[in-house]
Amino acid sequence: MAVPEMGVYVYGVSRAPPGAAMERVGGVGGAPVQVIEDRGMVAIVSPVSLEEFGEDALRRNLEDLGWLESTARAHHAVVDAAAGHAVTVPLGLATVYRSEDRVRTALRDRREEFTEALNRITGRTEWGVKVYADLAEPVTGPEEGQKEEDAKPGTSYLRRRRVQRQTEEEARREVLMTAERIDDDLCEIAATRRLHRPQDPQLSGERGWMILNAAYLVDDGRTADFRTAVERLSGTRPEVRLQLTGPWAPYSFATEEESWTDL
Amino acid sequence: MDRPVRDLPSPRAPGPARGERVALVDLLDRLLAGGVVITGDITISIADVDLVRISLRALIASIRPEMSRMVEADRPREPIQGVVVREDR
Repeated sequence: MAVPEMGVYVYGVSRAPPGAAMERVGGVGGAPVQVIEDRGMVAIVSPVSLEEFGEDALRRNLEDLGWLESTARAHHAVVDAAAGHAVTVPLGLATVYRSEDRVRTALRDRREEFTEALNRITGRTEWGVKVYADLAEPVTGPEEGQKEEDAKPGTSYLRRRRVQRQTEEEARREVLMTAERIDDDLCEIAATRRLHRPQDPQLSGERGWMILNAAYLVDDGRTADFRTAVERLSGTRPEVRLQLTGPWAPYSFATEEESWTDL
Repeated sequence: MDRPVRDLPSPRAPGPARGERVALVDLLDRLLAGGVVITGDITISIADVDLVRISLRALIASIRPEMSRMVEADRPREPIQGVVVREDR
C-alpha cells in the first residue's frame, strides 16, 4: 500500500511559538501541532493527509457537515490556544501547503501582510453580539379571529387581517431600528466592526428573528465599557434579546476591510 | 448596579471562549468569512462559497425536505456558486 501523500495545514501566524500552550491541543485529525519559522514570523501547522485535504477530497468533505464541524473545531482549538498565548492572525479554514518549505516561502512572501494584520489586532479582542427579536407569531387562520370577534359579527376578517399586518410591519420596523441603534452604540466603543450574515435558524436552533449578527474588535482597555454597554442595551425593549459571545481570536478582523467578502 | 453579562475575562488569559465549546454556527460565521485567505497549494476560495448553506442544504434535505423551500424563500441571497478548489503545483 502506498504511503499517503502529506500536506501541511496552516492554522495561523504569530510572532512567537506557542510552545507549552499547544501541549494539550491536537490539530486536525489529532495530529501534533508544530511551528515553522521564518525570521521571527511563525506559522502554526500540523501535518494532514492529502487523501483528506487534497483537491477532490476537500471538495467532497466540505459538503459534509460532520467533517466540516470536526475540522472547524480542531482549527479553532489550535487558533484559540495560540491566540491565548500570543497575538495570532488566524488563517482561513483548510489552508494547506504541499511542504514545509512552501509554508516558509509563504511566510517570507507575505511578511508585510502578516505584520500589518498582527499590528492591527494587537491589544484588541473580538466579541460577537447577536440580537434577536421575539415577535408574536402572526395569526394565520380565521378561526382564532372569529372567536375574539363573536360580539361584532359585522367586522370582516379581511379588515382585521389588514390592521394586523400593518401592526406586524410596524413592529418589524421598530425592532430593526432598535438593532441599528444597538449597533451604533457598540460601534462607538469598538475599534472596528464587521457584520456577519444572519444565521440560519436550522443551524442556530434559535426561534427568534435574528436582526443583528456582528463582530466587534475592541481595545482591551475598553472591554469593560463594551460589556457594560451590551448589558445596558439588553434592556432596550422586552422583545429584543442580545447574546454576547467571546472573547474570540480575531477571525473577523484578520483581513483589511477592503478585502472582506461582500456581505 | 450592573449585572455582569458574563464573568469578565482578562483578554490574554483563558476566558469563556478559550477552551469552552463554542456554538458551531458562531464558529462557522468566523471561519468561513474570516481569517487571512492566502493561497495555499491547495486552498478553497472562500469568497465564492457559502459552505454553511451547502452543508445546511444537505442536512435539511436528509431530515426535513419540506423545510428547505422555507429557508430558501426566507433568505433571498446570491445563488450558490459551488465549492471552488484551486490547486497550484
